[in-house]
Amino acid sequence: MTLELRDLHTHFDTRVGALRAVDGVSLSVRRGEVLGLVGESGSGKSVTGFSIIGLVDPPGRIVSGQVLFQGRDITGLPEPELRKLRGNRIAMIFQDPMMTLNPVLRIDTQRIETVRAHDNVSHVVARTRARDALGQVGIPSPDERLSSYPHQFSGGMRQRVAIAIALLHNPALIIADEPTTALDVTIQAQILAVVQKLAAERGTSLLWITHDLSVVAGLADRVAVMYAGRIVESGSVDAVLDRPMHHYTAGLIGSVPSRNKRGAKLLQIPGMTPSPLDRPAGCAFRTRCSAATETCAQEPPLTMPEPDRTLRCFHPVRI
Amino acid sequence: MLLWFLRRLLQAMFVMLAMSLIVFIGLHAIGNPVDILISPEADQAERARIITQLGFDKPLWQQYAYFLQGALHGDLGRSFVFNEPALQLILQRMPATLELAVTAVLLSVLVGLPLGLFAGLYPNSFAGRAVMAGSILGFSLPGFWVGLMLIMVFAVSLGWLPSSGRGTTAALFGVQWSFLTRDGLAHLVLPALNLSLFNISLVLRLARAGVRETMPLDYIRFARAKGLSPTRVVFVHVLRNILIPVVTVVGLELGSTIAFSVVTESVFAWPGMGKLIIDSINVLDRPVIVAYLMIVVVMFVTINLVVDLLYTALDPRVRLGGRA
Repeated sequence: MTLELRDLHTHFDTRVGALRAVDGVSLSVRRGEVLGLVGESGSGKSVTGFSIIGLVDPPGRIVSGQVLFQGRDITGLPEPELRKLRGNRIAMIFQDPMMTLNPVLRIDTQRIETVRAHDNVSHVVARTRARDALGQVGIPSPDERLSSYPHQFSGGMRQRVAIAIALLHNPALIIADEPTTALDVTIQAQILAVVQKLAAERGTSLLWITHDLSVVAGLADRVAVMYAGRIVESGSVDAVLDRPMHHYTAGLIGSVPSRNKRGAKLLQIPGMTPSPLDRPAGCAFRTRCSAATETCAQEPPLTMPEPDRTLRCFHPVRI
Repeated sequence: MLLWFLRRLLQAMFVMLAMSLIVFIGLHAIGNPVDILISPEADQAERARIITQLGFDKPLWQQYAYFLQGALHGDLGRSFVFNEPALQLILQRMPATLELAVTAVLLSVLVGLPLGLFAGLYPNSFAGRAVMAGSILGFSLPGFWVGLMLIMVFAVSLGWLPSSGRGTTAALFGVQWSFLTRDGLAHLVLPALNLSLFNISLVLRLARAGVRETMPLDYIRFARAKGLSPTRVVFVHVLRNILIPVVTVVGLELGSTIAFSVVTESVFAWPGMGKLIIDSINVLDRPVIVAYLMIVVVMFVTINLVVDLLYTALDPRVRLGGRA
């Protein structure tokens, strides 16, 4: 098991009370596996990602729960210990490639510093390694491109550079926070192919945070659906996407446009995501759910309706 | 690049031309230097002789034409009071002012930048808040008052530092400098501190705002996610980004610090250009005033030029010449 989260709670202390961004998340990622973490904006996906590598800035803090990385509890490790993991064993890729590279530093500076942050090697060796990694993500003539500035690259190229940086130390886990959302569809497909290939070659696990179900369908082995700070349903991609059990998942899948439904009106989940400051007690989805009853005001327990599948719902969708 | 440079040069010449015209007309409107310069006991013949000698018998446009003709040959006229070339008079006193201003600007960066970084990184700490509160004082206390207080405390009460003059100077490149001797340095401390207080506050606030703005950006998060040490994140990734506004302001402030160190120079009896210009304005010594303003214009233009060049070094996205 590469990564395991056990009942993780990350809250942001605000003047009006604790904002429960991550409210009891449990999930696991096996070695070499791609887990798609799906949810809409504000569901706590990104905060979950940042919580894993201890990059939640005040007023946010991990209140309780455990992050186990390769069997070791890394929650609350001192900063220098966490720093040894970051970029080395656990790497991260961010959403907007325009914003993840420092605009005033050359690409090679930003890559060489990453090599040298974890390995005590000379500048020349670090430079060679940085160049080789650029070639691996499909950047033509890496020698010339290495001394460019980020603004001289296109969006897709920049994301490749960011991915190359993430891969420098052969991490066991890459947390990808919507890395293809800001790219257009053709570039998106290329990037997905690159990541998939490299991860498969090296046995790297991926935690792929996204709101795009089609990306998950094409890339992930397993999927976890997040709603209002919690994982409401998880399982293998095929099982969850073909036979969703939670009404929220079913709603999400129903609202994806597809060729088969051409002409038909798109399904819409009624209502809005509740504010994390003011969530309904019990199941947070019950105010928008057609199957909700009074029982739903209580906390739905985590169940395992099938092997390797979890669900938090009193009234699962019947197939 | 060359075109850009030439355009800058042309702009500078135009500014100087316009400025000299304004000074000529302005001083003409204020009063007649003859009334101040010639002693009341002088007889009519003596008066006429001096007026002719200084060129005041001719109409203003002709006086201006003479000035322009001289200026083109590098002669900005002779001081009415000292009867010395105005340019030479100012250049003699320039090192003193330059020394004071550069020290003040260095102080403002060396003190302001670290304090600003600190206040930006720990905005809620007591020390961070204290620094910000202090900067308000630096902004709002009038310079002359602070100067007097510095003299009261450090020169009069404690007796640690001298309060006036340049002290012992030593020669470097044929010019006398205070900072080369111990005594001179001691004389430099208080006026430089006085002059830099405003700029320290300015740099500090800019740096703090820059840090607060840059820290939550994705590329800083990414840098942290790469496992870089906080030192490297702050001193390479953040500092490099906040230097752009800081360099702009420091550059412009260097100009105004040099040009308007008048108050500090008066308070600390520092024999620089500021003192000279105040005296010259009092007696309407036109050549000195014009020459001084010319130098100020040249200085500002040069500083702006250097700042623009620094931009390209600091921010690779900036390219000179205006073509994107």
